[in-house]
Amino acid sequence: MSIDDVAPTATAWTTGRIISKELPTPATVRLRLHVDDRMRHRPGQHYLLRLRAPDDYTAQRSYSVASDDSDPLLELLVEKLPGGEVSEFLAEVAEVGDVLEMRGPIGRWFTWDVRTPALCLVGGTGVVPAIAMSRAARHAGAPDLLRVLAVGRSPEETPYDDELRRFGATVTYTRHATGTRPAGPPSAAELAPLLDGIELAFVCGSSRFAGLAEALLMECGLSPSMIRVEQFGATG
Amino acid sequence: MPVTRGFVRRRPDGPEGRLPPGQYDTGSGWPVLTAEATPRISPDTWKITVDGLVDHPTSWTWDEVHQLSRSTYTGDIHCVTTWSKFDVAFTGVSVDVLLEAATPRPEAAFVMAHSSTGYTTNLPLSDVTGGKAWVVWDHGGKPLAREHGGPVRLLVPHLYFWKSAKWISRLELMAHDQPGFWERNGYHDRGDPWLEQRYQGD
Ligand SMILES: Cc1cc2nc3c(=O)[nH]c(=O)nc-3n(C[C@H](O)[C@H](O)[C@H](O)COP(=O)(O)OP(=O)(O)OC[C@H]3O[C@@H](n4cnc5c(N)ncnc54)[C@H](O)[C@@H]3O)c2cc1C
Repeated sequence: MSIDDVAPTATAWTTGRIISKELPTPATVRLRLHVDDRMRHRPGQHYLLRLRAPDDYTAQRSYSVASDDSDPLLELLVEKLPGGEVSEFLAEVAEVGDVLEMRGPIGRWFTWDVRTPALCLVGGTGVVPAIAMSRAARHAGAPDLLRVLAVGRSPEETPYDDELRRFGATVTYTRHATGTRPAGPPSAAELAPLLDGIELAFVCGSSRFAGLAEALLMECGLSPSMIRVEQFGATG
Repeated sequence: MPVTRGFVRRRPDGPEGRLPPGQYDTGSGWPVLTAEATPRISPDTWKITVDGLVDHPTSWTWDEVHQLSRSTYTGDIHCVTTWSKFDVAFTGVSVDVLLEAATPRPEAAFVMAHSSTGYTTNLPLSDVTGGKAWVVWDHGGKPLAREHGGPVRLLVPHLYFWKSAKWISRLELMAHDQPGFWERNGYHDRGDPWLEQRYQGD
């Protein structure tokens, strides 16, 4: 039975308890939650988180899942946006033991079936679904099925930088030079070797990043029908 | 459901009675959400077709659609990801005008909107008739930007915005409902923001 057969289509609100909270990079918070009545998820899916004020005002936002389906906890990585209603709350107010309303998993398009040779071209917080996919690939004993090119500003500011490298991802920095590479966006020459044999490309990041990534993939000869995009809401 | 410890309202209420449940006012922002690569479509080659269960399947080119009688929608739009945007103005042609030319057959009860990218979204015919839906190319007096569906998108402002298919190329009239792209991928079949019809099961 594949995960496609068990990941639910309809979901209901439930609750999740924060089991751990870390600030792995200056602008992000990583939460690991125990979700009641958790349902199985495919890598690339997201959860909704709903905060409720004493006057019953609510705010809900979507967050991609970083953890693999086999992980007993659900992991989220949230970028703290200045003035961001939900992300600042999670980074600054939420504590271990707090209970949050959650709903998921949601989305069946930006998901990987852990069978199809695929590439993730991801930037900034957009690395999150690539982490779920790489963990699933490793868990399935098929890390070769997935290639990852991640883009961050610097090693310190790139979420999951170490884990990405351990997975064998190509990690490029736009504001940080390394011994082998000047600072700057990834080039077609860096991307091209990762495309051999892939059937799907997952692009995730800000809309500006997504625009650049799509252009780069097409420059390398990928057809638009092979590209799936998820944008994390920045205004365009 | 429990109150979230330490959480207090930070967003002001939208204009009285205009913010559907669970939505917030995104102000001057207009987030871009897209599932596919953003296409470059030239107005020179763009056309829109109304076909399926109609008596006169019809296509219009860019010039032809601009010769139809125009109308402007001024009001609010609501995205399932919880932002709403107030007082937007889109200009184009009412879907009523296109349907009148194509003449839907009596058994036509649903519409599948198709984009040139392959994106689809389904709607009851009653949600796109009677002055409720437009095919638009102008936002705030300017050509509709590519990332927002330019040159031409569907506009169904009383439903969540995924129903307002970007890069619209075809309206297919059908007798039976059939889920479109997001509807197959976990979203609600109709998407009324006032009823919070966001996901399957709502
Ligand atoms: C399918 C999906 C998956 C997502 N996954 C993740 C994830 O894994 N991690 C994550 O951190 N976020 C993710 N997001 C974005 C997330 O849902 C929120 O939009 C984000 O956390 C901001 O919410 P907020 O309440 O903190 O900010 P808000 O109060 O909504 O906004 C604060 C200000 O920041 C601006 N803003 C909003 N989003 C951005 C942005 N991305 N970049 C720059 N400015 C912005 C707003 O216009 C506003 O001015 C995802 C979104 C979607 C649709």
